[in-house]
Amino acid sequence: MNEITCECGHVNPEGTVLCEACGKPIEGNQHINGNEDKKLLNMRYDGSARRSQTYNRTIVDKVWNFFSSVKVGVWLIVLTLIASAVGTILPQEMYIPPNVDPASHYRDQYGLLGQIYYQLGFHNLFSSWWYMLLIAMIGISIVIASIDRFFPLYKTLKKQKPKRHELFMKKQRIFGVTEADQVDLELYKKNLKKRRFKIYEQDGHILAEKNRFARWGPYVNHIGLIIFLVGSLLRFVPAFYIDDFIWVREGETAMIPGTEGQYYIKNKDFILETYNEDDETDARFKEAIQKQGGPIPKTFQTNAVIYERTDEIIPGKEPELAELKDTQAKMNHPIKFDDFALYQASYQLNEFKEMTFKIHDKGNEDTNYGEFTVDLSDPKNEYTLDSGYRVEIDNYFPEYEMQEGAPVSVSKYPKNPAFVFTLYPPDSQEAETSFLGIGANVDASGENDYKIGLVNFDVRDVTGLTVKKDHTLPLIALGGAIFMIGVIQGMYWNHRRIWLQPKENGVWIAGHTNKNWYALRQEINKVISGTHIQEPRDQYEKKE
Amino acid sequence: MGDLSAISGNLLYAAFFLYLIATFFFGATIRDKKRAKSRTAGNIGISITILGFITQVGYFITRWIASHHAPVSNLFEYTTFFGMMLVFAFIVLYFIYRVDLLGLFALPIALLIIAFASMFPTEISPLVPSLQSHWLYIHVTTASLGQGILSVSFVAGLIYLISQIDQSKTSKHTSWLEFVIYTIAAVVAFIVLSSGFSALNYQSVFQAPIEGQQTEITYQMPAFIGPADGDLVTEGAMQPLIEAPEWMRGEDAAVKLNTFILSLLGGLLLYGVSRLLMRKRVGAFLQPMLRKKVNPELVDEVSYRAVAIGFPVFTLGALIFAMIWAQQAWDRFWGWDPKEVWALITFFFYAAYLHLRLSRGWHGMRSAWLAVGGFGIIMFNLIAVNLVISGLHSYA
Repeated sequence: MNEITCECGHVNPEGTVLCEACGKPIEGNQHINGNEDKKLLNMRYDGSARRSQTYNRTIVDKVWNFFSSVKVGVWLIVLTLIASAVGTILPQEMYIPPNVDPASHYRDQYGLLGQIYYQLGFHNLFSSWWYMLLIAMIGISIVIASIDRFFPLYKTLKKQKPKRHELFMKKQRIFGVTEADQVDLELYKKNLKKRRFKIYEQDGHILAEKNRFARWGPYVNHIGLIIFLVGSLLRFVPAFYIDDFIWVREGETAMIPGTEGQYYIKNKDFILETYNEDDETDARFKEAIQKQGGPIPKTFQTNAVIYERTDEIIPGKEPELAELKDTQAKMNHPIKFDDFALYQASYQLNEFKEMTFKIHDKGNEDTNYGEFTVDLSDPKNEYTLDSGYRVEIDNYFPEYEMQEGAPVSVSKYPKNPAFVFTLYPPDSQEAETSFLGIGANVDASGENDYKIGLVNFDVRDVTGLTVKKDHTLPLIALGGAIFMIGVIQGMYWNHRRIWLQPKENGVWIAGHTNKNWYALRQEINKVISGTHIQEPRDQYEKKE
Repeated sequence: MGDLSAISGNLLYAAFFLYLIATFFFGATIRDKKRAKSRTAGNIGISITILGFITQVGYFITRWIASHHAPVSNLFEYTTFFGMMLVFAFIVLYFIYRVDLLGLFALPIALLIIAFASMFPTEISPLVPSLQSHWLYIHVTTASLGQGILSVSFVAGLIYLISQIDQSKTSKHTSWLEFVIYTIAAVVAFIVLSSGFSALNYQSVFQAPIEGQQTEITYQMPAFIGPADGDLVTEGAMQPLIEAPEWMRGEDAAVKLNTFILSLLGGLLLYGVSRLLMRKRVGAFLQPMLRKKVNPELVDEVSYRAVAIGFPVFTLGALIFAMIWAQQAWDRFWGWDPKEVWALITFFFYAAYLHLRLSRGWHGMRSAWLAVGGFGIIMFNLIAVNLVISGLHSYA
């Protein structure tokens, strides 16, 4: 360490630009902040010795200097900004319909642009490695730039003395010389105190300072950002974060995924309400409802019971459940229990629950050779009727569609069920095969004697709930809160200092603020009013 | 209840005209030759502005009572509120710095925004389940207040640019300034065209295939650009000159494109006529009027101060409150929805602005241009993200 002793006797660390105590420009170090003889002093970080401006030899130095640069930081922000904008040109993959092939979806929907977008991976831009890298680099930059500046600045402001070097005074942006026999310093100090300045005196030199804490705002908000980013990173740790999904049919009780078999949910009822223009309270929306054309949803709600399993969890064993709470999940009002939250996220209306069929003669619908009921969530392989008829389910399509002339199922949910039945009459060896769905009843061979017809069905709703456990939220909230405190601290208060130096026939006065110079000058004018101190000049010359 | 919403509408009209009158008084301050001597015109101006603001608050409250929810739930309501917040932010900064000229520019911008808002459906609309939360008005009002304050930064930046750009020769600065002025002209054209044709009850209806289905598409302006493969149904209406390209999706894509192009052409006409009358760049025409009145450093500081005040408010409303609500409604506090991303972009932009200003000394001209860019992003988020890039927030 090559320490520098100033003429005022203060020992400064290597790389200091302005003496920590008296502010005298230290010879040989002025290039660091770009100070020139004829120009005002660059007051950035009060001319303190910053690591990034002092050492540049080893790799560590170079990395440190790279990340501590505000120029680099702004570039990182701008690049992230541009990348984010690109990510909104077309919908991200998570917002395109599920069950479609993304490659063909982007091509079909958006043509060549979509194809390029997909090929470049922009459909998953925000989880791409390079976007994460940009965010990570911003994080590193925040940490390094803050450490590089905070500690030297803190020390310098701690060690500053009221008695300043003349050169320091003259080269402040706000500077004025008063030549007068009598200057009312008592009134000056009184005015300062009234405006809540702290006053430090040394041999008749007066330093008035206020709101130094505003200088720490940027560092506080950077700490908040780092906590926020760490919180987001923790989501990759399973113990901290669970994100699962469950479909529960009305009347069913299901194990809640992600809870390791500990909790169960029963869907008592799913309610979907829409706005009704004829209803008295909704009448005020009449015009909007009519314009919309379709129904506007008012409520999505699941009435549910949450159970906790009380016995030991053994696979295959029927669980013993104790009711935990009888409650509802609505949009904006999730169910909360233990560390978990269940959010109303989706629903299916009128899913088929049961279908009842009867066997009759092909030509006569009034005949009846027996009925059977298929539970669509658990269809059996075959049904033997009391009358001796036997029906086998050869094929079951929960949600069927005809594709290229053949039935296929597009999902496993019984929204549009269809069956291939084989019927074995008791008095015949000949089996008959038929295809049956809603609005379709096809005789496979064309020579069937019997026909199976739908006589009845039951539907029910299905609710879709997201299961969340998120221990990162408190950390993320803390980060956000600290960030806000820091931003407000830094933005809504200004650090202001006014130096006064006694001279033989008058005083010198100089002022500095980290921002809002116009307001500082207004304040100085109020402080000096009646003291015979002359209004200082703003020596700032416009560069452009 | 019907009465209340009628009262509410009238209050909004009243506020609009008060802002207009106040603008003229602020305009009259230019005539006060000596700086800060006569304050009469400015005092009247700010008084009428405050009266207008109170009137608009009256609109807001009565509409809230009539609809039983805070009127910030669709594009009309939100944009109107944004205009109101811009006026509020102007009032606050006026009392810090007392710059009369700020009113001459802030109020017309607010007027344009409110007029623009009323081009969208104004009826009271019901709330879908995800919007039924107190966070609707906590998040939306704070975000809007933040944007309003940040917009004042643009207003001050614009004053700085008009008064300070060297108009003696054509440069990048003069060209971009003309572009900004042209953009404002295009917004005026949009408002004039929309309200004009809607007063005439103009309609032309097309039949066109949308996603394989024949759909009826209604234009409220002459259709220069028809829907792809559309057939004109309305008799006597203008036949489109060209058809919208097929890759544009959505029922209203062609209508929006047509409106957009017509507004751009209308703006071009307005701007062209102005230039012919002025015989020079609009910026060069305006400069002499402002030059004497403007203290560039003061205006620069107002512009910066607006960012300093608005940035925390915006962050709180548009990001933090937004995250809290999103966590409640959609089980995740962040989902990379376009509106969210553009709020983040706005945040990044002003963060860059602050770093450049505080650490790299970007003052004056550069700072003013950044303020203009920031406002561009805010407007993009309001208009383009709602109308073009759709997402969870596109409730308009």
